[in-house]
Amino acid sequence: MKTYFQYPFLIGMIFLFASLIYIYVRWYTKLSKYDKVRFRKFWGTKKVWKAIYDSINDGLLHASIFKKNPVLGYMHMSLAFGWFLLIVIGHLEVVVAKGGLNFPFYYAIFFRYFEPVHATTIAKIFAAVMDFLLLFILVGVALAITKRFYKKIFGMKHTTKLKPLDKVALYSLWAIFPLRLFAESCSAAVYQNGSFLTNTTGAWLGNIANSPAIYQGSWWLYSFALCFFFIALPFSRYMHIPTEIFYIFLRNAGIKTKKTWESYAQIQLYSCSRCGVCLDACQLYDAGISDVQSVYFLQFIRNKEDAEKPLFGCLICGRCQVECPVHLNLNDLRTALRIKASKPLTFSYSYTQKPEQQSADTIYFAGCMTHLTLGTKKSMAKIFDYVGEKVWFMDEDKSICCGRPLMLAGQYDSAAQLIEKNTELIKESGAKNLILSCPYCYKVFKEDYILPDINIKFHANYIKELIDQKKLPESKLNITAIYHDPCELGRGMNIYQEPRDVIEHYSHRIPLQKSKDKDQALCCGAGLGGINLTGDAKNAITHNAMTYFDKFNPDVLVTACPLCKKTFVSDRRIEVLDIAELVVKAIEQPNELKALPHREKSYAIS
Amino acid sequence: MGDLDFIKVKHLHINYDILDLDLLNKVLQEETSFQWCISCGCCTASCSAGNHTTFNVRRISLLLRRGEIESLEKELEKCMLCGKCTLVCPRDIQLRNVVMSIKKNILKYKMSSL
Amino acid sequence: MKKIAVIGGGVAGLEVSKQLLEANIPVTLIEQSSKIGGNIKNYAYLFPDFYNAEELLNSYHYLITDPNLQLLLNTEVAKIDFSKKTYNILTKDGISVPADAIVIATGYNTFDARLKEEFGYGIYENVITSVQLEQMFKNKEIKTPSGKIPERIGFIHCVGSRDAKVGNTYCSRLCCVTAIKQAIETKKLLPSVEIFCFYIDLRMYGLLFEDLYLSAQRDYNIQFVRGRLSEASEMLDKRILIKVEDTLIGKPLQMSADMIVLMVGMEASDFSKQFKYHNGLEVNEHGFFNPINPHNLRNLTSKDGIFLAGTAIGPMSVGETLDHARGTALSVLSFINAN
Repeated sequence: MKTYFQYPFLIGMIFLFASLIYIYVRWYTKLSKYDKVRFRKFWGTKKVWKAIYDSINDGLLHASIFKKNPVLGYMHMSLAFGWFLLIVIGHLEVVVAKGGLNFPFYYAIFFRYFEPVHATTIAKIFAAVMDFLLLFILVGVALAITKRFYKKIFGMKHTTKLKPLDKVALYSLWAIFPLRLFAESCSAAVYQNGSFLTNTTGAWLGNIANSPAIYQGSWWLYSFALCFFFIALPFSRYMHIPTEIFYIFLRNAGIKTKKTWESYAQIQLYSCSRCGVCLDACQLYDAGISDVQSVYFLQFIRNKEDAEKPLFGCLICGRCQVECPVHLNLNDLRTALRIKASKPLTFSYSYTQKPEQQSADTIYFAGCMTHLTLGTKKSMAKIFDYVGEKVWFMDEDKSICCGRPLMLAGQYDSAAQLIEKNTELIKESGAKNLILSCPYCYKVFKEDYILPDINIKFHANYIKELIDQKKLPESKLNITAIYHDPCELGRGMNIYQEPRDVIEHYSHRIPLQKSKDKDQALCCGAGLGGINLTGDAKNAITHNAMTYFDKFNPDVLVTACPLCKKTFVSDRRIEVLDIAELVVKAIEQPNELKALPHREKSYAIS
Repeated sequence: MGDLDFIKVKHLHINYDILDLDLLNKVLQEETSFQWCISCGCCTASCSAGNHTTFNVRRISLLLRRGEIESLEKELEKCMLCGKCTLVCPRDIQLRNVVMSIKKNILKYKMSSL
Repeated sequence: MKKIAVIGGGVAGLEVSKQLLEANIPVTLIEQSSKIGGNIKNYAYLFPDFYNAEELLNSYHYLITDPNLQLLLNTEVAKIDFSKKTYNILTKDGISVPADAIVIATGYNTFDARLKEEFGYGIYENVITSVQLEQMFKNKEIKTPSGKIPERIGFIHCVGSRDAKVGNTYCSRLCCVTAIKQAIETKKLLPSVEIFCFYIDLRMYGLLFEDLYLSAQRDYNIQFVRGRLSEASEMLDKRILIKVEDTLIGKPLQMSADMIVLMVGMEASDFSKQFKYHNGLEVNEHGFFNPINPHNLRNLTSKDGIFLAGTAIGPMSVGETLDHARGTALSVLSFINAN
């Protein structure tokens, strides 16, 4: 008997495949020549297995979300992995039942309609598995619906806001599995061809299912739900489902996000699953800001809305990037857009004067901010003196900024002018070593300056080396310290252990909670990326960060960034020291450290 | 060249009634903290560019307030955006954003008058 | 007989005690250090007329032997119990002081200049505070910490005041006139020294203060530069390099000096930090205790029987502190007579 209810499904499916092929081919062709080569070469390597593993782990199982929040993880996994298994095992079921591959494309979706009689044991086993998977998914759908209305249960403070097409896709997705349940229950009511789930629900339905209108109607509804979902998919957040897989393969092929907004960035834009995990990581909520966070920002871009305020209102601290289960390069995406937005603005540095050129083996480049943290500057001078290192303090006078603040504002071309001038000074000095005490400087010198044959070291690493070489004495004092990972040093350059080692040689370090430490460390709030953040917003973030540190009641708060240091000092609650200062004070003035100012303790109401 | 000629002043004296304060108002809208300046000079004293040339961010802000906007664009090319001024300001003024805002609005101003 | 406790043995607490004792009311005076006098012990001469601070303090000495005064030195308050009608102050040594009325005269702390790191205090040796300079006046000798006679001294106004970056946005009122006073005193001791005052505004609010300013320029050749210090650096010979903007000319200015003096502001005392969450002890956003209003109820708090005297409510000169304290004593007397 000819049926027509499969056509909505088929139309939806064809539309979906056609759109996806069209979109992905367009994106692929727009990739740079080198990226295409990389991608082609990738297929012959072992990296393909990693990509497949990532696709299963992240795309299906959503392992990263699971680790963050098991209930949220289950929800995503049940829909993704559950549906995947439903399709795969459903097709397997048909292959076994038909004894071959000779069946129409849509057969497996509507199997219980087309082959209502399942008498064999194998068929019963399959029916049980399929019922189990359906239940597995339905629990996830129930959770999804609950989350939309009662997000606190999921431990999430914020969920994403929806646009109209998103709603079409969302509601049809929610409808698919209950409708499948309804349709299969109707079949089960008539033919008892279900298993523990559908037979039960079929029994409840009873005689209603005998009506052809209801029976046929249930399968039509199911088909239409699938159709609407497939048609809405390329225009909705669910575009992330296929795009994420495409992105995983490109990423594993070694393709990097560029400074221009091109195809790879565009693919990442559509890989965002709007899961909202980046929201809880963002400290801007402390300042009452709720439209700058990554998920909303990407949405602005997708919808081609004016995104200038949210674009420049982000600290580029990287906390969201660490949490993103899709591993999007959120910082680089923002940077690429900042570059685009600030292209018309010009800067010119032909006016700079050169300091007196010196030749030296080692250069110390303090950086603009360090000139305001004199303690760090003096401590570095003392350390160099102590170990007899002859150093040229390159930017003591007539300092030229390293260029990173300009880059964070999107001004890469302007920064290149400063980079050129500083590079010339460094090369002409004949130095072999360059030591930095500011993480912003360190990052740009390592990543954007071209200084072959020069050892570029961060001062904490340099101090660690000195300790290991026994050139600096160890002096573990009986004081407690917390180490704050600066954003640019920790997440930015992956340096976590050396500063901790240095601190532990001189004090007792209190570890922070795992969820607020190392790559998840808090941002001080004053990041140079937050171009249009208000002073109040920054202070709110700093205040909350300090409140967190205060709970541990340390004697000192040690950091490795002059910006963090100046920012935390303004809060007044805890004594703040740079790592270099801690070292020098521990060696030269241990008593001063031991007699730190009496910390204010507030008395409860009596 | 006279010492004070790096910014050409338009009039011999300021007549507040005839000033064009459009640019100033746009900047104030984008960065309200600009309003709080007490002209203490801390920003200019710590300026990285100021070490090399006559760039003076306090003076630029004040000139903007008095409608003297002719040479602002060229002067503002000198800023390295290093952020020292913002870090020392006792009134918590977000100077880096003030500089960016003036530059963007001058650009819009020029575009609209073309 | 009502019991009155005065917390704080500085001039405010002493003046309140003096007034109450003269009215035959017994007073328990609680002082955390080993001597009475509080912050005035750090002053040599008071503006505007160079009055001898030690003489002023000595005028309160006779109170120590007053039989109606119970003086508890070296005593810190641990807790105040407001639950019963008669309050109870518990000290850290475990002494219980019952009180029907409490006068909070806990004074101020000077701003810790190490927090203003870019000025170099505690890092460079030739950076001192106004408190340290005042000590030099007591010793009648001015030398840089490295032992040299200074030839040029810079006074830096507004250190720790009017500064959002250290959390004190208020003006500390007295530092401007103190700077001029100290500049004049320095010039008297070292007639050939060059003195520069680096200011943002000059707050000469008192009747005789502007005269002092004129005298500083006319009689002592003290020079004034309108520009706030942004960073100090140390030269090879340990002299200090001052970097400001001369805002009146509109150019950055740098100057080497043998010594710079930081005019540190007044901040809320440790006591107010500890007790700010206590019942009825209201502290405002600048950390000082809040009287009911700044007009006609400046000595009273919203809690019955708790009074405020002196710099516990904000920066004040010695004269203003004594005025205020007398008002507090009168309020306490009214309170006693009413109940």
